[in-house]
Order: sequence, then C-alpha cells, then structure tokens
Amino acid sequence: MTTTFGAYGGRYVPETLIPALDELTAGWEAAKEDDAFHAELNHLLTSYAGRPTPLTLIERFAPGKSIYLKREDLLHTGAHKLNNALGQAVLARRLGKHRIVAETGAGQHGVATATVCARFGLECVVYMGEEDMRRQQPNVERMGLLGAEVRPVDFGTKTLKEATSEAIRDWITNVDTTHYLIGSCVGPAPYPEIVRDLQRVIGNEAREQILAAEGRLPEAVVACVGGGSNAIGLFYGFLEDADVKIVGVEAAGAASLGTGRTGVLHGALSSVLADEDGQITDAHSISAGLDYPGVGPEHAYLRDIGRVEYVGATDAEALASFRDLARTEGIIPALEPSHALARAREIKGELILVGLSGRGDKDLAEVLRQ
Amino acid sequence: MKTLVIYVMAEPETPELARAAVEGGADIIEIGFPFSDPLADGPVVRRAGERALARGMRTRQCLDVLARTRELLPDTALVPMTYASILEAYGWERFATDVEAAGGTSMIVVDVPAGDRPDLRRVQLVAPTSTDERIALAGAQTDGWLYLVTVAGTTGARGEVSPALPGLVERARRLVDVPLYAGFGISTPEHAQAAASLADGIVVGSRALQEAEGGPDALREYVASLRAAI
Repeated sequence: MTTTFGAYGGRYVPETLIPALDELTAGWEAAKEDDAFHAELNHLLTSYAGRPTPLTLIERFAPGKSIYLKREDLLHTGAHKLNNALGQAVLARRLGKHRIVAETGAGQHGVATATVCARFGLECVVYMGEEDMRRQQPNVERMGLLGAEVRPVDFGTKTLKEATSEAIRDWITNVDTTHYLIGSCVGPAPYPEIVRDLQRVIGNEAREQILAAEGRLPEAVVACVGGGSNAIGLFYGFLEDADVKIVGVEAAGAASLGTGRTGVLHGALSSVLADEDGQITDAHSISAGLDYPGVGPEHAYLRDIGRVEYVGATDAEALASFRDLARTEGIIPALEPSHALARAREIKGELILVGLSGRGDKDLAEVLRQ
Repeated sequence: MKTLVIYVMAEPETPELARAAVEGGADIIEIGFPFSDPLADGPVVRRAGERALARGMRTRQCLDVLARTRELLPDTALVPMTYASILEAYGWERFATDVEAAGGTSMIVVDVPAGDRPDLRRVQLVAPTSTDERIALAGAQTDGWLYLVTVAGTTGARGEVSPALPGLVERARRLVDVPLYAGFGISTPEHAQAAASLADGIVVGSRALQEAEGGPDALREYVASLRAAI
C-alpha cells in the first residue's frame, strides 16, 4: 500500500522498483513486530554507536536563555546518520541483501553507511557529487578508509540531488542484490517512514532527558532541515505536546518548505524547489547537508497542518553561530545544525532544545576558506 | 508485421526528425518531454533532456512540438513520454486534455506505476521484476499496448538483448491480451531482430537520439535498418 502524509509521499518510481518497495515494506513491518530486531538494533546503538547521547546545557552562547543541545555530534561517526544506517543495515541483512548503495551530501551519511557496511561485511557504493567531494574532502577519505567505493557524480549541480538520482539508478539496475540505504526521510514509501522511525530515538531520549533535568518540557524545539531526518526524529518526541513550539530551520537558499512548491523529486510528492513547469531548480547552501531542493514529505504535511513552523537561516548567520558556539561552549558544530543555532538564539522563550545533529570537523576547511 | 517505436526528444527540430523516422519505417513516435531529474534514464536520454531544457523546452513548448509533429504526420501514433513532476505542475487532467488536443495518441509517465492514478489513460510499463499480479494489473489498465522494460536498469544501449526478455514475454502473454512492445537496451538491427522475434514490437530510444544528431537523413537510414531487420 502506498503510504502518504496527507497528499504528500507516495511511490513515484519506475515499475522496476515497485516489487522491491513492496518487499521492503513487508520486511519493515515484520521487523517492527520482531523483538529480535529491536534487541539487535538496541544492542548496536548502545554498545557500538554510543547511545544514549547526552543533553548539554549551554549558557554562554545565548545569554539569558537555557539552551539544551541534543548531542548527536557525540554519536559514533559524528552525526545522527548512524541511527538510520545501523537500522537499515540490520534490515537489509534480514532481506538477504549483501550490497548497499547510498547517496551522500555532506558525507556524514556516506561515512555512516560505509561504517555499518564495514561492521557487517557488506559491499558498499556511495554516490557523491563532485562539488560535495571538494568541500567535504575529509569524509571522502574516511569512506575510502572504511572500504567503501565513492563514485563521483559529475553532472547537473554535482551535489546531493544528482548523487541521489544516481544512487536510485544504481538500485534500479542491481535491485536483486542491493539495498538502497537512503540517508534521509525522503524517497518513495516506505523510506520516509522507516528513516523517521529509526531517528525517533533522538526525540524519545531528549524528551526524557529534559524532563529529568528541568522537570518540564522545553518551550521550543529547534532543528535544521535538509531532507529532514534529524528534525523529524527530534520533533516526534514532542509532536503530541501542544504547548511545545516546534521550529525547523532550512538553509535560506535551499528552503524547499519556505519557498518551494508541490512537486515530485526522487520518488515522492513533497514541497520542492521547482519552476512553474515542475523542473527542479538549484539549491544553494554553504552546508552540503542542506544543499538539496527537496524535503521529506512528512515535513510538508506538518507545515500544512501548522504543527511545525519552518524558517530559514542564511549562510552568514550559520557561520556566525558556528564560530560562536566554538568560542563560547567549546563545541564545534557542523554547519547544518549551525542553522538551527542561529534561529534558536533569538527565538522567544527561555528553555529551548536544539538538535545538534553533527560535529563540525568535516567543515573546517570550508569555514576557514570563507 | 512487427511494430517499430522510435523515441525522439522534444526540440524545435523534432517534427522533421519524427517524419524521417516514419519514412524509415517507424509506426509509433514517442516524444520525450524533458524533466530535470529523469530517474529511469541513462546518460544519453538524460543529456538530451538537459539540452532540451537549456533550449527552453518547457511543457508549453513541448505541446507545441507535438502539435506541429501531428501536422506533418496525420496518421502516426504520437506518444509523449515524461515524468510525474511535469503533470503535477501543469495539472494532471489539464495535461491529458492538452496532449490529446495537440494530437497525442496516448502518453507514458515513467514514474507513475500501474495502480496509481488509474484515471490517467496511458501506456503502462512492466519490468522483469514485476510480479504476475502487477503484470496483470498493468495489462488491464494499459492504453493499447504494454511496454516491456527488458532489463532491470535505465534506458541506454546494451551489448546484447536482455536474457530476461523471453521470460517476461512468456509471462505477459499468459496474463494480458494486448500487444507487447519491448524496449530499453535495444540499439542494433541484430538486437531488434532478436527482441522482435519474441515480442510484437520494439522501442528504440537512446541510439535513435544519437542517430538523430546527424539529422533527418541519418535517422531515416538508421530506422530503415531496424525496419529491415524486423
């Protein structure tokens, strides 16, 4: 059955992939009901990935506010991406797939995927745009060290959009042996749901942790949104809490939700950057992880029903927060969550929770170049 | 007599190219309406689409090309082939209405599989990975003929005709009652002959685009070589 979020989502893919998506849907439904799946995944998340990640109170970054950071930057491989990669690797093994393809933008999902493939002895091919390979060179080297083959994508925008298209084309060609380990809550059903459910651990932990620390819920929860997987994972811990304001922060030049229109990209109907004829237009962001003209369909739905507010942050604002967090708190954030920090420091309210989705080592060269 | 389907990309020169293909022996012309992110297409069709878009070929211009092709070819089946994002932006019903008004015979929407959007009349595709159930569904919903995607893969020439084709034809014959035209990976007269010996017709895309680079005469000659082989 085709899953949708309101009018969004669906399976806009060539027929060749439909049986694989049916198989994936059935495999995911079975895994969700299987205690052995959860036990295996939980063991990996605690003993290998380093969960639970801490909640850190910062007081110098935004004087007068109590901002808590959910520290996904401290997860193994340095970003929230590993939650999803581990879950899908366990799922792929259940489905009997021994080859993994993935796309990557900032390289964090590629590194997470290469990591789990090394851990399980799976063949790993990662597609990455040449522009992203340039600006995230350390991650390209990490993937190679982990035994993955990084295939450069040299056409179109040479960024995450084309890398995703090429990963899907590879999957179409090798669908019998290959699992497509998508990195965000985008793509055809059931991927947006699978990735969301694998990232919900962020929000579940954060809700318990902030209640333990403060005895109350935050006034606002803020996360950056590219494809939107760390955001959906964090937000899901608080969607039912009507008094908690939820804010997603897009890169101003890649605001699929803020300035986009309804369209189809990479297998799903969602809010995308497109012209009036439905041709996808270029996104622009200093942050490779947010430099994508689409977004998970569930975010479009949450926008439409008014539960989550989506705002933008510019490259300059993100860079300022990147530097300020390093100087005031001793934490170097990735450029992606630096967008969330930029809006969080000025948001109304005193107790704020921010998803710190990854660490900034990968961005040093790009930031120093600016 | 086997059916020969030739794919051309919608550009200003398309009507003359389509006429040359018909003179060479094509029965049906597919006209690609380019999309920026064509997931089902290999490099040749993708690059042709990028060029068409760079030349300003948006939906309105593509419909105009379709209408001009119809003027040159009053009796040939003309089938636009495109992606869902174009229809979503233009309006699904409006697109179907305007394609028909411009002379389109049917259409192919590569990323809207059988079962979805049942109201949209179109040629359905099946693949070697399709289950019997899905082949039957596609056969029941298709408009006139069924497109057999011969390989698990994207469009583009291959070294030989897919070994998956005989099995797919055999299943489709058992499950549906419409003509079966095989496409993806067919480029030479030898491929054409091998595929046409199994199916009721063949579709040639990427190689036809490359031949069309040489102009109408080159395309006519190439299509004639396919016609002679089947």
